[in-house]
Amino acid sequence: MNPSANALQATFGNAIGRVIDARGETIVYVSPAKVRDVLVWLKGTAGQDYNYLVDVTAVEYRDRERPLEVVWNLRSLASRQDLRIKVELDPRGELAVPSVVDLWAGANWLEREVYDMFGVTFTGHPDLRRILMWETYAEGYPLRKDFPLRGRFSRSEQVRQALNVNPEGHYSMEELAIADAYDELPRDMRDRLARGERDKIPNSE
Amino acid sequence: MSKRTVEISVATPGTDAQGNPLRVPIPASPADVDPELGGEHLLINIGPQHPATHGVLRLVVELEGETVVRVIPHVGYLHSGFEKLGEYRHYNQIVPLTDRTDYLAPMSNNVGVVLAAEKLMGIEITPRCEVLRVIACEMSRIISHMVWLGTTSIDLGAFTPFLWAFQQRERIYNLQEMWTGARLTTSLTRVGGLLADVPDKFVTDLRTFTETFPDTLDEIDRVLTRNAVWVGRTQNIGVLTAEEAINYSLSGPMLRASGVAWDLRKDKPYLGYENYDFDVPVGEHGDVYDRFLVRLEECYQSNKILKQALERLPDGPINVDDPRVILPPKSRAMNDMEAMIYHFKQVMEGVKAPVGEAYAGIENPKGELGNYFVSDGTAKPVRWRIRPPAFINLASISKMAEGHLLSDLIAINASVDIVMGEVDR
Repeated sequence: MNPSANALQATFGNAIGRVIDARGETIVYVSPAKVRDVLVWLKGTAGQDYNYLVDVTAVEYRDRERPLEVVWNLRSLASRQDLRIKVELDPRGELAVPSVVDLWAGANWLEREVYDMFGVTFTGHPDLRRILMWETYAEGYPLRKDFPLRGRFSRSEQVRQALNVNPEGHYSMEELAIADAYDELPRDMRDRLARGERDKIPNSE
Repeated sequence: MSKRTVEISVATPGTDAQGNPLRVPIPASPADVDPELGGEHLLINIGPQHPATHGVLRLVVELEGETVVRVIPHVGYLHSGFEKLGEYRHYNQIVPLTDRTDYLAPMSNNVGVVLAAEKLMGIEITPRCEVLRVIACEMSRIISHMVWLGTTSIDLGAFTPFLWAFQQRERIYNLQEMWTGARLTTSLTRVGGLLADVPDKFVTDLRTFTETFPDTLDEIDRVLTRNAVWVGRTQNIGVLTAEEAINYSLSGPMLRASGVAWDLRKDKPYLGYENYDFDVPVGEHGDVYDRFLVRLEECYQSNKILKQALERLPDGPINVDDPRVILPPKSRAMNDMEAMIYHFKQVMEGVKAPVGEAYAGIENPKGELGNYFVSDGTAKPVRWRIRPPAFINLASISKMAEGHLLSDLIAINASVDIVMGEVDR
């Protein structure tokens, strides 16, 4: 058992839920309200020094009654200890946990991926956009259990949308602003961009 | 930044009068730019179809003159949903998916995924299987680093090392073909064992390879390490300090080049790596040049491990003796009732894992490849997560490239050693 689990229970008391020790791995369940404090404490406290974030991910079970879990895999390079922190969220409620990008810069893309695949919002993330799927992807969150393996839309609808993609939609507003290109776009294009219709070409319906 | 002393073997001096490495000066801030020449920032788009992005990576770059102000990477063009597919497959059926993630080191991925499944199921593999898996991992490391060396040298204008590197890679591919029947999609491992034992000629051929391969490394070392162009284009480019490298969760050669001595083979040993004699090269400056040196030295060390593995390769079975996990031989499955039942149950139902979860990280050529399985007691995982080293390493590219020249962005991008199959999964 990782000694940090006992230290967490002593420090945070009721905020720490179950502690599981199996196959040489220690899993600590933390209440969602306290998870950021726990992660800050684990990174910053002498003797803990969990300075390396291995992974951020989420788990949804096939059993619909079980909560969705957000998982942080932490590692202390000095003591070579791994610790897994978990938070349970009700999938019917709001899926939100605090972001840790300010603690570990490596969490940036990992949190974006969890948001992209599971729809979990990381509050305080500087740039929470989809990362593997495109920004206007409308079929939902692919790794959720209610998402069918082949996607929500029919194959013909998916093909139709892919063929109708507007090349201008490949730049975000922020990127167009870099080149001052936004002001030079035709008026109708600007209007559509402003309305967020980045992937549609007029009269394509 | 401490001064580098690298002896240059050609007539061109590698340093200027002040002793700094020769390279095009970078304006420290936009204020230094001649106001007559300065102006609007330029937006350029590199990729997704561009030879220097090493796959379908797209970089939107904001330029001030020729200086990179901001890099906005776009990934996902090769997203295949492997993690979702894994939830609909038996553990052994997941192995072919891993061939296609980091397709420059397929055997190493195969090993990584079954190590996690075996940890979950509590299976102890046989000694011969363990050594053969070490051989598979180190062969993968060599071919992955050879591709990296070759393509990076092309990016920076050196064509010859590419040809040498790919020649050596071809020799390993021949060995992989001999062992598994496939060059790229090896699907080498099975839960509890391997697809097949190595053929008779394999050991002698691999031994010949380990004896002659360092000659090529020496040649690459001679042509690049003290080459003025190479040194000028790689030193002090894309520097990350040790603290930054840890903060960005980098792993593998990227982390070690920044001076962090962390290698899972040494620090969290698996497959009996603690019994092999090898060194972990660690860089000092965390720039592109150090990443090159680290990878080059890792090839020598992998070669050393291969030699030791061949020496100690024990006789014996490659698969565990458990009919619930390993398929019976075909002849028995056809003639013996009990073996046929086991065969049927494995093919139709798969190998069941107990309730629980397991994470197994291995030192892949790109960095720490983690496989995380969550099981609800059935033969298919509830969740299969790949911790993709290339994806996480690539996330630091904006930090590394900002302030450098556009041409240095190509060197920095190459130094990350990405493979888009794994970044996008």
